[in-house]
Amino acid sequence: MANPTTTLQNSASYEAPRSGTWDGGNEPFKASYGKLMMWFFLLSDAFTFAAFLTTYGMVRHRHLAYTGTAEAFKFSQAYWPIPEKVFNSFPGLHGMDIPLAFVALMTMILIVSSVTMVLAVEAGHRMDKDDVQKWLLWTLLFGAMFLGCQAWEWTHFITGSEHGLKMADGSTVFGANLQVNEYGPVLFADLFFFITGFHGTHVFSGLCLLTYAFIATTNGTFHKRGHYEMIEKIGLYWHFVDLVWVFVFTFFYLI
Amino acid sequence: MAHHAPEHDYNDGTHAVHGKANVKPILRALAWIVGITAFEFLLAFTMPSSTLRNSIFIILTIFKAFFIVAEFMHLRHETKGLIWSIMVPMALLVWLLVALITEGSAVGEAIFSAYK
Repeated sequence: MANPTTTLQNSASYEAPRSGTWDGGNEPFKASYGKLMMWFFLLSDAFTFAAFLTTYGMVRHRHLAYTGTAEAFKFSQAYWPIPEKVFNSFPGLHGMDIPLAFVALMTMILIVSSVTMVLAVEAGHRMDKDDVQKWLLWTLLFGAMFLGCQAWEWTHFITGSEHGLKMADGSTVFGANLQVNEYGPVLFADLFFFITGFHGTHVFSGLCLLTYAFIATTNGTFHKRGHYEMIEKIGLYWHFVDLVWVFVFTFFYLI
Repeated sequence: MAHHAPEHDYNDGTHAVHGKANVKPILRALAWIVGITAFEFLLAFTMPSSTLRNSIFIILTIFKAFFIVAEFMHLRHETKGLIWSIMVPMALLVWLLVALITEGSAVGEAIFSAYK
């Protein structure tokens, strides 16, 4: 407990109000509270995804790597599979070997949705309600398309191939779930479900936010407010989802 | 909150109020990201898997991340303080990730290879 008299004596130096950058009453980062908090939330979200990627790196390191050529590759639980042999199907082209084409399409869809989101934010700066609505709708469309692609990919991954994988005990495993996996070690499927699933959940929440933003824009809520900052905040979140996908794509599908 | 007017001016020179859309920097960032991704696909099919290829992939990914964060998320145009308060924790996080994987792999190696 400080002695009150001492405090009073020392307070002389505080009498003149201070007006520095960090002394209150202004915005040192020139960003509103909401925008700053969105940034710090995304930072904490990055920690979560970093934990996933760390787990992925360690688990993968604990398994043997496949060292042969891609042509000679056979699915086995003895080693980590190479991605171009796991993710090599495309909707409507059954039985054909089209490595990574579908995931390339998904990546492009998400990047394009990010661009349409920037355009919505940019239209908000110009207070152009019609443009904001237009670009939000495009973003919603591409986001929903991405989620649909992911649903297809999961279904394919879970269902598996017609021939399946012969196990050591004579049984055959088809597809993958959290306990069995025809493509390789069980943990490969587990990490696939957790990492892409957690990302997909983020896309889904993003779509909910975008739907809200579209309705509010249509109702003129932001126009009456005088600024479209809500679009900016949701935009930050949406770009983060795209950012995470860029990393998931590299670690899961390329390396 | 309802009557909160933005104190900062959005018209910082990069955005014209009620004017024409300024989409050039956005499209440039898009071109970079698409180009890098196309190059990654080229590498995935023409270069045999190796540590070098993985390093190239990770470096290119960081480049893509730069374009998304700097241009799409607009961080490049924020104040220095905000840039640092986001980038310093991220840099520490990358350090943590590398350290955890390296150390963890070494510990795992020691445990599982001790009786071989």
